[in-house]
Amino acid sequence: MEKQHQYASEEQVVYAKILDAGMKLGFVIVVVSFVLYVFGFVTPHVPVEQLPHYWTLSAQEYLAATNVPTGWGWLSLAGKGDYLNFIGIAILSLVTVVCYLRILPIFAKGGDKAFTAIAAVEVLVLVLAASGILVIGH
Amino acid sequence: MLLNDAPRPAKPRPGLFGLISILTFILTAAALMASEPALAQVPSAPEGMVALPAEAGGLPWWGWPLLLLVVTFVLGIVAVLGGVGGGVLFVPIVGGFFPFHLDFVRGAGLLVALAGALAAGPELLRSGMASLRLALPLALIASASAIVGAMMGLALPTNVVNTALGVTILGIVVLMWAAKKSEYPEVPKADPLSSMLRIHGIYREGSTGKDIDWRVHRTPGGLALFVVIGVMAGMFGLGAGWANVPVLNLLMGAPLKVSVATSKFMLSIVDTSAAWVYINQGAVLAMITIPSVIGIMLGSMLGVRLLKVANAALVRKIVIGMLLLAGSRALLKGLGIWA
Repeated sequence: MEKQHQYASEEQVVYAKILDAGMKLGFVIVVVSFVLYVFGFVTPHVPVEQLPHYWTLSAQEYLAATNVPTGWGWLSLAGKGDYLNFIGIAILSLVTVVCYLRILPIFAKGGDKAFTAIAAVEVLVLVLAASGILVIGH
Repeated sequence: MLLNDAPRPAKPRPGLFGLISILTFILTAAALMASEPALAQVPSAPEGMVALPAEAGGLPWWGWPLLLLVVTFVLGIVAVLGGVGGGVLFVPIVGGFFPFHLDFVRGAGLLVALAGALAAGPELLRSGMASLRLALPLALIASASAIVGAMMGLALPTNVVNTALGVTILGIVVLMWAAKKSEYPEVPKADPLSSMLRIHGIYREGSTGKDIDWRVHRTPGGLALFVVIGVMAGMFGLGAGWANVPVLNLLMGAPLKVSVATSKFMLSIVDTSAAWVYINQGAVLAMITIPSVIGIMLGSMLGVRLLKVANAALVRKIVIGMLLLAGSRALLKGLGIWA
């Protein structure tokens, strides 16, 4: 650990630790949920034999045709095989926010105002992206 | 000299994680192939869903994900040996030659790049090869821009995105062919902004065992270029190592290894913001995304092992050839010439 600190700052080492744990957790969940999905242990929302027709549609057409809500609406389908996979994907896509939230107080405690502000704004940007507030369409 | 944006020291290490992935690869392949006899038991379309005929033409439904698993496995190997990120190969090749809509390919491409960056990030940070202080300001600009790019990409007509993707990929081919790299760029004086943000560091050069001090200059210019990089990353789902590294190395003067490692780590931030836009807009399909992530990661692991024996220059020419073909395909598809 001493050697690490010679080349990596405290916040960098802390960030790496959380990133590592979150990444591994996310991957394990992704792998397990996909095996459950593919082997048919959990019934999917969209029947697998229908997929070749749906994956040629645009995202917007797909949502309309399969009656899937936008944003975090997929949570209501998390019990289905295909959307079960989204739990792991969401963890992989959220781990960075957790890392930032963990290093924010380190920057603040060290009086590093610029990086405290940068980290805080980045959290807002990522939360905005993840919120599902941003709605678009073809 | 050619551009090299693959952070070789930080590729995922085989181990328990690798074994799980290999097991998953085999299980996935076996399950996909064994699924056909069970199709009669698959429920019909649920209430509220548009029912479509089961016949898809060409391959059976499981054939495409299985082919995707194999192709992404090969892409993972080639990407490491060719010194490029997996995302830049994935989107144009899968988008051009698989039947999936470009929305789903870009969503998967972002998650493929994100997965690779997440896997590599911890070790890059711990070793000091990637710099948090260098990454954070640039990632903030790029991640905000990536949201805009992702929204633009999902809002624009597919043929327009395909055309722009083709032009971009062909531009990357030129960049890969012509761009130089600088192992230790000369930075006579840090610029005021980087000095104020204390963007500097030290890392251990493995080949010589020496500690290398580094600093950067032209930070405002770098920040401006990351606006463009973020938009392109979000719009095309490519990852952005191909653009990050030249800006960090050639413009801002970070050592090549620091540039490569910081670029790879930054993808975990930039692609996160864009990936959420795709997830929230329904542009992520598990059956496309998960085999791609598994295939690329497994291929990358094997690629790292093959590095010692492979002819890197030859592989790099093959990568450029693949990108040339895939970029031309995307461009011609977008223009309606090669549908």
